[in-house]
Amino acid sequence: MAKFSFTVNGKRRNVVSWDPQQPLLYVLRNQLELHGPKFGCGLGQCGSCTVLIEGKAVQACMVTIAEAAGKHITTLEGLGSPQQPHPVQAAFIAEQAAQCGYCSNGMIMTSVALLQQTPQPSDEQVKSALAGNLCRCGSYDRVLRAVRLAAASMKSKGRA
Amino acid sequence: MKVTGLSRRKFLKGGALVIGYSFTGLPLAWAKGEAKPQARILNLDEVDAFLAVRPDGSVIVYSGKVDLGTGHRIAMRQMVAEELSIGVDRIELIEGDTALTPNQGPTAGSTGVMRGGVQLRQAAATAREALLLRASAQLQRPLGELSLGDGLVRSADGSARVGIGALVGDRAFGVKMNPKAPLKSPAHYTVVGKSLPRPDLPAKMSGRHVYVHDFSLPRMLHGRPVRPTAVGATLLEVDAASVRHIPGARVVRIKDFVGVVAPDEWSAICAARALKLRWSAGSGLVGHENLHEWARRGPFVKEEVIVSKGDTRGLVGNPQRLSATYSWPVQSHASLGPSCAVADVKTDQATIWTASQATHRFHPAFAHMLDLPLDQVRLIYLDGAGCYGMNGHDDAAADAALLSKAVGRPVRVQWMREDELGWDPKGPPQLLDLRAALDAQGHIDAWEVEMWVPIATAKLAHVPLLAPSDAGIAQPAGQSVGLVAQNAVPPYRVPNAKVTAHWLGPAPLRPSNIRAPGKVANCFAVESFVDELAAAARLDPLEFRLRDLSDPRGIEVLKRCAALAGWTPRSGEARPHGPDAAGTRASGRGLAYIHYKDNETYVAIAVEVEVAKQSGEIRVKRVCCAHDCGLMINPDAVRNQVAGNILQSLSRCLFEETTFDRQRVTSVDWASYRILRFPEIPELRLDLVHRPDLPPLGAGEAASTPVPAALANAVYDAVGVRMRQVPLTPGRVLDALGKLG
Repeated sequence: MAKFSFTVNGKRRNVVSWDPQQPLLYVLRNQLELHGPKFGCGLGQCGSCTVLIEGKAVQACMVTIAEAAGKHITTLEGLGSPQQPHPVQAAFIAEQAAQCGYCSNGMIMTSVALLQQTPQPSDEQVKSALAGNLCRCGSYDRVLRAVRLAAASMKSKGRA
Repeated sequence: MKVTGLSRRKFLKGGALVIGYSFTGLPLAWAKGEAKPQARILNLDEVDAFLAVRPDGSVIVYSGKVDLGTGHRIAMRQMVAEELSIGVDRIELIEGDTALTPNQGPTAGSTGVMRGGVQLRQAAATAREALLLRASAQLQRPLGELSLGDGLVRSADGSARVGIGALVGDRAFGVKMNPKAPLKSPAHYTVVGKSLPRPDLPAKMSGRHVYVHDFSLPRMLHGRPVRPTAVGATLLEVDAASVRHIPGARVVRIKDFVGVVAPDEWSAICAARALKLRWSAGSGLVGHENLHEWARRGPFVKEEVIVSKGDTRGLVGNPQRLSATYSWPVQSHASLGPSCAVADVKTDQATIWTASQATHRFHPAFAHMLDLPLDQVRLIYLDGAGCYGMNGHDDAAADAALLSKAVGRPVRVQWMREDELGWDPKGPPQLLDLRAALDAQGHIDAWEVEMWVPIATAKLAHVPLLAPSDAGIAQPAGQSVGLVAQNAVPPYRVPNAKVTAHWLGPAPLRPSNIRAPGKVANCFAVESFVDELAAAARLDPLEFRLRDLSDPRGIEVLKRCAALAGWTPRSGEARPHGPDAAGTRASGRGLAYIHYKDNETYVAIAVEVEVAKQSGEIRVKRVCCAHDCGLMINPDAVRNQVAGNILQSLSRCLFEETTFDRQRVTSVDWASYRILRFPEIPELRLDLVHRPDLPPLGAGEAASTPVPAALANAVYDAVGVRMRQVPLTPGRVLDALGKLG
């Protein structure tokens, strides 16, 4: 059993695994009980498991724990809580931008990364940034509105 | 954490967990040592089956129907809150738990609000009536002087009052359902009809909501089924040593069912991949490329005349008649999260946490599979990834149950992506031949449809599951496909019509219902062919429909949809237009209409496309929809469903086809089973007709059905070719354009 450490949502976390090739996703979900990131395909094709690593949106099913070691990782839980949501989370709630909500993690995490880079994106930029995030229920339209709202509210609050 | 109905001590003892949801959407959990927690009354004729009033006047609603991401969690509360005149935040909702909730049938067929919610509403109305009677006796005031509000019964002069909690006390209600208990007048609604936010979203948007995928138990192992290399193959040899290098991995084999368990998820995945198995050849599949020949060849279980009206014999030999063949492929539910379940099977009882749309329906099946008495088996619903009929959730639950029973510990089974797209029960294929003739004024005179479709087994208790099949455990044989023959006649005046179904015995792959089963394919064929007839009559497609439509609600949605789309009349014939119509890109508009199941929701859809003539790619620019589902409990939830229906239907129509060879499904990832992506979404314009005085109808399926025809009709308008086979791939568009010369 080898030991790996990283900083998750601001806290130093140690995990153990017999396999350094284990994808980060399973360690986050099972050992660290962070259920924001969802398992959707394990193939890097759907975006459900997106987390931020050093501020960049990354699919946690495609990163091994060996690669993640020493890095700063943020999950959906680390952005905010139901009581104190991050502006992007608040915008998704305000727009009721989900159906089953299984894709929401990836939609929100990718949008947070987008808005850090491009605080006032055009609709086309939003669609393009979220092109790797699949939604089966068809909530795309609302997600687009939520990202617009988040951009506006972050601008007015001076967060962007 | 709130602990309901059980002592703190018992809770701390551990055991199986029950999760309900408080209004904030955070899980309320309470523990239980046995499968049947308390003597709940579950008879559908008792108010107690649906409602409990706590001493503090808050209410627990027990719903057999579940929230699949549809907003039921708020809509059900609104319906009950309205009748009881309490706030929605005073209601806790328990869903889909076979030990706690009444059997209201599966959450399918757009019946959640229309049947399930209406039942809850009647329970609440009955409770209201009973509470007022009790208050009248207790307060010694005539009924006419009493009113119910905010959890209190008050006298008109305000001098006497009693809480609803005190009126029920620490007992059951003990009141029979009164189907005639008066409902509140829609004119006085204060809760129903409001777009209240869904209570589960704050937790879902912050990673705190417990999906079945997130649920775990002490001592739980992670499991993976290992499915055969070919459908119908038998297991010849298992090399258990092949997983020995993976810490803690174990192989479970029951006849042809094989799975692995391990202490952690990654080990289970590695073991499933490493496990060496030898399988026999499969039973031999049709192959997706041979479906049309297969369907026409039979053998057929029976031929059934579904509709027979007037006389269509004149169509034979009529040189003026039009005919066309339309088809719909095999499709997957393609849920975004592969199916998952957790089972805790002990020697004398079992609890299974599942995202099933039908926990009650599968309850006896699981008891039988596990050889346990029914009252010692409990299925509990937890949210899964969106599911639109029956995906792999029930199979994953059966996998988990058999693995848990074999190893004597709780087991979580999480299907992989290839399991879900490969083995979820599929929407069956449909093939339709249509023939019709116009009268001298260009009205439809005669209409015939012949359809070739797999038959649903009558009264099938549940869809046969993979794990018991493989493990040799007897279960009802047969298949479920849904009511696939509905909506095969145009919803316009048609004096002579005949619909014949050639019912095929087996389906090419194990089938189940997928959203608007049958209706989506039938509406594609019917409303595309109606468009063909309009073109033949040289009439505007909207005018062609309206002049023979008598239902005022149908007329209204068509007109409102046309207004949204800025519909401009045309002759019905394709006439290339758009910015570059003569060159590489042409624009077009199409519309379609349905009266869902001929007696439910009314929907009209208009689609605007641009077709790239060099590549055959269709870009959907705008979709307009007018939708009338009667009373809307929560208009925003309806809006969400309608938009989702439209986008998912576009996805099914543009991209989706399950491919399979003679052995197995070959479209097993998101590259080979492509769905609609963000950059491909059109602008949506929705107009929801609210009819507070009419009964609520379903919103979960209807809007998906006119989308394919409206799309195909728009393609015709743009480039003059009829697309009669779903999906409308660029290759098929190019083929059609090539044939046009």
